[in-house]
Amino acid sequence: MKLTVNGTNHEVDVDPNMPLLWVLRDELNIKGPKFGCGIAMCGACTVHLNGNPIRACSFPVSAATGEITTIEGVGTPNAMSAVQEAWVEHQVAQCGYCQSGQIMSATALLNNNPAPSDQDIDTAMSGNLCRCGTYPRIRAAIKTAAANIQASKATEIELGADAPEGV
Amino acid sequence: MGKLATITRRTFLLGAVAITGGVVFGYWKYKQPYGNPLQKDLDDGEAALTPYVLIDQDGITIIAPRAEMGQGIHTTLAALVAEELDVSLEQVKVIHGPASNAYFNAAGFEEAIPFAAIDESSMAERARNFTRIPAKFLGMQLTGGSSSTPDAFEKMRMAGAAARESLLQAAAQKLGVQATSLSTHAGKVLTASGDSFDYTELAEAAALIEPSAEPTLKSQANWKVLGKSQARVDVIPKSTGTAEFGVDVTLPGMLFATVRVNPNLLNPMNAYDASKAESMRGVEKIIEIENGVAVVATNSWYAFQAAKAIEFDWQPANYPKTTSELRQIVVDSFAAGADSKHRDDGDVDAALNGAEIISGEYEVPYLAHATMEPMNATAWMRDGMIEIWAGNQLPTQIVKEAERITGLPEDAITVHTPYMGGGFGRRAELDFAKQAIEIANAMPGTPVKMTWTREEDTCHDYYRPLALAKFKAVMGDTEPTAIDLELAAPSVASSQFGRLGVPAAGPDIFIVQAAWDQPYGVENYRVRGYKADTVFPVSSWRSVGASQNAFFHESMMDELAAAKSLDPLQMRLNLITHEPSRKVIEAVGELSNWGAELPAGHGRGIAFCLSFGVPTAQVIEVAEQDGKIKILNAYIAADVGTALDPRNVEAQLSGGMHYGLAAAMMGEITITDGKVDQTNFHNYNSIRMNQSPNVEVAILENGDRIRGVGEPGTPPAAPALANAIYAATGKRIRRLPLNKEVSFV
Repeated sequence: MKLTVNGTNHEVDVDPNMPLLWVLRDELNIKGPKFGCGIAMCGACTVHLNGNPIRACSFPVSAATGEITTIEGVGTPNAMSAVQEAWVEHQVAQCGYCQSGQIMSATALLNNNPAPSDQDIDTAMSGNLCRCGTYPRIRAAIKTAAANIQASKATEIELGADAPEGV
Repeated sequence: MGKLATITRRTFLLGAVAITGGVVFGYWKYKQPYGNPLQKDLDDGEAALTPYVLIDQDGITIIAPRAEMGQGIHTTLAALVAEELDVSLEQVKVIHGPASNAYFNAAGFEEAIPFAAIDESSMAERARNFTRIPAKFLGMQLTGGSSSTPDAFEKMRMAGAAARESLLQAAAQKLGVQATSLSTHAGKVLTASGDSFDYTELAEAAALIEPSAEPTLKSQANWKVLGKSQARVDVIPKSTGTAEFGVDVTLPGMLFATVRVNPNLLNPMNAYDASKAESMRGVEKIIEIENGVAVVATNSWYAFQAAKAIEFDWQPANYPKTTSELRQIVVDSFAAGADSKHRDDGDVDAALNGAEIISGEYEVPYLAHATMEPMNATAWMRDGMIEIWAGNQLPTQIVKEAERITGLPEDAITVHTPYMGGGFGRRAELDFAKQAIEIANAMPGTPVKMTWTREEDTCHDYYRPLALAKFKAVMGDTEPTAIDLELAAPSVASSQFGRLGVPAAGPDIFIVQAAWDQPYGVENYRVRGYKADTVFPVSSWRSVGASQNAFFHESMMDELAAAKSLDPLQMRLNLITHEPSRKVIEAVGELSNWGAELPAGHGRGIAFCLSFGVPTAQVIEVAEQDGKIKILNAYIAADVGTALDPRNVEAQLSGGMHYGLAAAMMGEITITDGKVDQTNFHNYNSIRMNQSPNVEVAILENGDRIRGVGEPGTPPAAPALANAIYAATGKRIRRLPLNKEVSFV
């Protein structure tokens, strides 16, 4: 079975019903996506399939056709995305276990909606549990990221550069 | 980590230790005149030395020997050392380090004495100091009880200061000058003429210098790191998916496992049939373990699937099999006589006699910890040694369990403590680590990572106990004149400490925690605890007894104020006897604009709780919208004595409150036929983004000593919310969770 994760092609030999999460974690050693519940109730495993957030714990690998992006594909410690930068600026993480999933949901939100309202944030983020209760800082970080993305786009338009795709 | 693993327990005791090209500094002076078991390997003298600073050519590593489960303790402990060592946090690497009794937590048992945390009398101080003796003899490297920061506050600054002085001495010897002519800055020793030497190049010479027994600590006014908000040392890894949690441990040739053990908790398995599971894809081995079975496979999911396919004959529960029967034991405990009566001011019986009595009965359910990261552990047995990786709050006890299970000697056992995806008290239990050790013991040579399913996790917790309260009170014109509060619960102390092999002597203070010791002056005021037989496994759940008792006590206070149409905030101020607590209540009043008019359908509730020495007040504002309760705003004021990292203190207070709100709104574990009914987040849900209020926090520093803040944010949340619902709707809810009586947005 073939799949593409963060731009890299992989070939795996697994049960086609195996959830994508366990292919990523135990077969490909991509461990940013976390196991929380196994029934799509907590969002810790959130990754993108063709840009859309999915719960990898409940998504059979055989259906994962297209571009899979995990937190590792969004940014790295030395080259963080705008959303990750905002997460650091607001010191969002406590235990941090849910934050890969939170960042993936927030990234998808901002890709589709560059200026989300509180209501939009509630709708997009309520599938991601955080037992440490970091929600107020997540909300603030999403707003900071949105503003920073808008500002950098505005600067680039002024400079006549192409706006970057996504965040 | 490799280098650290070569440091033996004996070398921990010897202070500055030369290691390959580097040095380990430690310092901790034991002030009490009791024999120190750590000193048995030392010559006469009162200093026992423990390592917190490791310097070699590669850089500076600070050992923060407490579990990082989200509370930011690695950052705060590293800051204590960094301040005195004169380095910035960006210059150091911070690790948990190995399990060692030398890292015992001296402050971890202070909450367990019958003296209020704010009691500064000599009796209380003596009792508090006595808790350090069992703490030391048990040598428990415990993370819990909001004690890590108070425990470390002096000794880790001392470690940094002693290391800095040795580095200065080393530079002085090298240059042939007086150490007083040298200074330090940002990890360098500076000479008067402007030359500089990196600490790393001085390390080897510093290793030969006996560390100062009395290093001078900076005055607070000169702090550069402490008292200022720091970037968490783990924030970038945790924002990029690169932090390694227990569940992420990866080893060469590693296999993946899961377990199923008897859902009739702590009862044995009679028999099992794994014939179907054995032939399923990916399955490598099926191993019988205590009370159940482990399935080892090539992928965690294969292990989950195969474990589901095993048929079990479980031994039935050896305890009453339903919530209502378990509840009845708590009800009956009221009749059995009080376990404790730590508060008995005035003459309560006389004051109640013939007076107009206000009374109420309250109840809270069993709760699960529900950490985001399910329980897991990895173990690898090879060459007569075992290495264990487990996100845990008690590494020294895991060493003991490994000795027992494997028969290996202590020095053949290594415990690693990676980041943990939440703890809340759950990871002070040892069951998951023991299972990984059992699996490794059965598969020598092969590293195996054992991960629980969420279902296993929810159904095999050690739960916050179901607890009951009854109160009778008499109101004067402006405040209560008599309060008689009776609290009944199974004993966390006997259940949890029993599993650790520590005798729990005397009354269980946790049954009355944060109820008997509140700084209210009421003329006739009695708080009694009743210990229910502890037949169902219970344990510490963030803030322990305070988690239920603040709900009982502060709902009662609200009822009493309402009975005389008094302002509940003002009534508390009338009663308060502790100045820092008074200021906390005043601060939360100011922050919340208490008293200002609210729109129709809105209500504000206030609650106060002094737990773990931290007076904490919360005001919550709710609105009734289309018959549902929406939590709009939350205001928190707390006094931590000294706020080492204000932004982190704020995070803990807000996070602790959210944890309390989740339980208050919807948390409930029930038992049918001996087994827990709830299985996963669909039926044991938690607060979510759309329910999370705006939060404002005021941090005060009037308290007499430094306090830890991992737990104190939790207790006031439930009563503040219930009191707000009363203010908004007139509905007084005396039983949690609140969603049995109201719906939330």
